[in-house]
Amino acid sequence: MSEALKFHFDIDGSDFSSAGVASVMVKKKLRQLSYDPEVIRKVSIAMYEGEINMVIHACGGTADVEVSDEEITIILRDKGPGIPDVELAMQAGFSTAHDNIRNLGFGAGMGFPNMKKYTDYLNVDTVIGEGTTVTMKVKL
Amino acid sequence: MKISEIRDLLNAKVMTGEDILDHEVASACCSDMMSDVLAYVKDQGVLITGLVNPQVIRTANMMDMVCIVFARNKMPTEEMTELAKESGIAVMCTAKRAFEASGILYMAGLSRNAED
Repeated sequence: MSEALKFHFDIDGSDFSSAGVASVMVKKKLRQLSYDPEVIRKVSIAMYEGEINMVIHACGGTADVEVSDEEITIILRDKGPGIPDVELAMQAGFSTAHDNIRNLGFGAGMGFPNMKKYTDYLNVDTVIGEGTTVTMKVKL
Repeated sequence: MKISEIRDLLNAKVMTGEDILDHEVASACCSDMMSDVLAYVKDQGVLITGLVNPQVIRTANMMDMVCIVFARNKMPTEEMTELAKESGIAVMCTAKRAFEASGILYMAGLSRNAED
């Protein structure tokens, strides 16, 4: 049993153009470690969507990625406004993003549906006014 | 189809990725909505878009795409070109509109044999 690999990132929420930097780094590292391309693809897309969400809605936060022998776990924490209706947020096409975000190519309401689609486990822990923690797992 | 053929068909200027112009691609996707690219793209090597920001490069990277075509003479920034280079993605610019560029590539055989 090898020791779990861990990565930690602070996600800057002030600059949309840098959103996704952490996901690109994770993808690069997993590639260097020669993980299955399909696993890398799932992890990086799910994390990228989550990272974009944090920048759009919560002024950034932190991302922790842990790689064990069985799975890759991604935990995204923010101190944003929280999600009033998680079930609604999970629906494809539902978005509260403003037009300026759509002009940047996001906000189609596919964030959570995509995160769900590409992971084996997704949990959203949210408290209004305090923040949201999203936990995702992809099996190896 | 080789990436170099895309360049020739679209009379495009290659900004980065000269070294992978021999790479073969089978299908393409045309969208300005990166959310949709992340949701629906599978095994599509080429992204044709009119959107210009670093997220276009990152999205293509996430989807394992190897070539981005910016339509209507949109020019990527130096930062974007650098990001693409690091990710091993060829970037080119064409004066053609996204619809026209897509049509030309489709007629030339790109995406025609790919599923969905």
